[in-house]
Amino acid sequence: MNVVSAVNLSKSFGAFEVLKGINLDIAKGEVVCIIGPSGSGKTTFLRCINQLESINSGALWVNGELAGFRVVGERILPLDEHEIAFQRRATGMVFQRFNLFAHLTAEQNVALGPVEVLGQAPAQALGTARDLLARVGLSQKLKSYPAELSGGQQQRVAIARAMAMNPQVLLFDEPTSALDPELVGEVLKVMQEVATTGITMVVATHELNFARDVSDRVVFMADGRILEVGSPERMLTKPHEPRLKTFLSALSGSRAGSGDSDAQST
Amino acid sequence: MPASLPRLDIAEAVRIRRFRPLRLLLGALAIAFAIFVFRAFADAQIDWSVVWEYLLARITIVGLGFTILMTLVAMMIGLSVAVVLAVGFGSHNPVTRWICKTYVWLFRGTPQLLQLLLWYNLALVFPIVGFPGLGSWQTVDLMGPFAAAAIGLGLNAGAYMSEIIRSGLLSVDTGQYEAAKAIGMTRGKTLRKVIFPQAMRVIIPPLGNEFIGMTKNTSLASIVGFGELIFVMQSIYFYNFKVIEMLLVSAFWYLVVTSILSVGQYQLEKRFGRGFRRGGSL
Repeated sequence: MNVVSAVNLSKSFGAFEVLKGINLDIAKGEVVCIIGPSGSGKTTFLRCINQLESINSGALWVNGELAGFRVVGERILPLDEHEIAFQRRATGMVFQRFNLFAHLTAEQNVALGPVEVLGQAPAQALGTARDLLARVGLSQKLKSYPAELSGGQQQRVAIARAMAMNPQVLLFDEPTSALDPELVGEVLKVMQEVATTGITMVVATHELNFARDVSDRVVFMADGRILEVGSPERMLTKPHEPRLKTFLSALSGSRAGSGDSDAQST
Repeated sequence: MPASLPRLDIAEAVRIRRFRPLRLLLGALAIAFAIFVFRAFADAQIDWSVVWEYLLARITIVGLGFTILMTLVAMMIGLSVAVVLAVGFGSHNPVTRWICKTYVWLFRGTPQLLQLLLWYNLALVFPIVGFPGLGSWQTVDLMGPFAAAAIGLGLNAGAYMSEIIRSGLLSVDTGQYEAAKAIGMTRGKTLRKVIFPQAMRVIIPPLGNEFIGMTKNTSLASIVGFGELIFVMQSIYFYNFKVIEMLLVSAFWYLVVTSILSVGQYQLEKRFGRGFRRGGSL
């Protein structure tokens, strides 16, 4: 079964068309990396999947449901705020800038959704939160506020927060782009471990090593279109699309030939 | 290290205190002014025994009590209105936004004193207030000094404080709204659990200001015959003619109440500064 199906999906901001007919199916358990230059629409596509943005045309199916609408006969009824909030439970999002709740400790950040949205008992949710934070290596930081954590630690809390909601698909919006270079590795390592649990993941990233080692498929986007899709090995070594070739050589040039993902900065 | 530099550790060297003539001058002027004011009051025809007599008199304390009560009631009304308005301003519903704008325009655009008088004289426009199924009442009986003052002060303060609350909501990063949405929270829940707790940090300092302002604004309610501190003091000096003495008594109590409020504000700022390095104590 496909967890995400985009059919001819388009999205404009005013007159500016950001996504121009995206067609993509993502199967359950698949790890898909979306690569492409800045402004290619990677982030917007992810934000459409969890309905932070609404789409203008085409259709988007998430977890078997039409995102944002209910089909009534031949017509469609836009969902109200509560129904959209309910649909969002199927997706978890990790933001480029972490967006941890600044007034809550690490464990409270992770437990907030389960308590307020899923209706779990606070004690149970905090227990789960501590387990998840242990899995991302932050057992020592349960009571720390986001401002007291490094960028890498904050992003790991954010991953735990997204996982706490037990979503069908985890979306990562350039999760390491806002990090200092030496902190990128710890976040990628956690993401790699998350991938082994079998959860569906869609990752917008510039980390080609991560894409090669972890993903099942790589999607190359540019100018709001998907230009090429394939296995990571083929995409990164034998690209067909000229723009992908240019993109890859530009990225590897900026990395001065280093194969170490920890040393990579974008 | 070049040999020409002297051996020096600024932690151990004795520091010379700078001579600051402006500070001394300003200090001397302030003290001189204080002495002048003190002397003026001491020499003036102020009957201090009357001040002492009324400072803790039962009637003074009752007036003070009504001042504090009115402050609390009017602030509660004002805050409720302000929160509803601030949230309404951010609503997707254009009708809601229009209603909120009109409210603020109306209540901010007319004098506070005028509003108090209008509420007090509401009976002239609507002699009878009735609710279907509940019965009806004479407006004159309902809209006494207390009700008129509470509604008049509260609704007016609400219009002003809505802007304070709104700026607080705007001060929270949009990423916080998005993160809350992303874990499936509705707008109401996001506001209550994520946005307001963080907005409080920004809201509290100006809100403390409003609280202190309201304490003093309650004196306007004397115009509709509400028995707060100024009303009580005025009714005393109307028969004993000790005008300044009575006003000094009320000034003392206003200072006491507003000082306590300032301390309370500081404590609240500390509490809501959690998770922010610089807290509310910039």
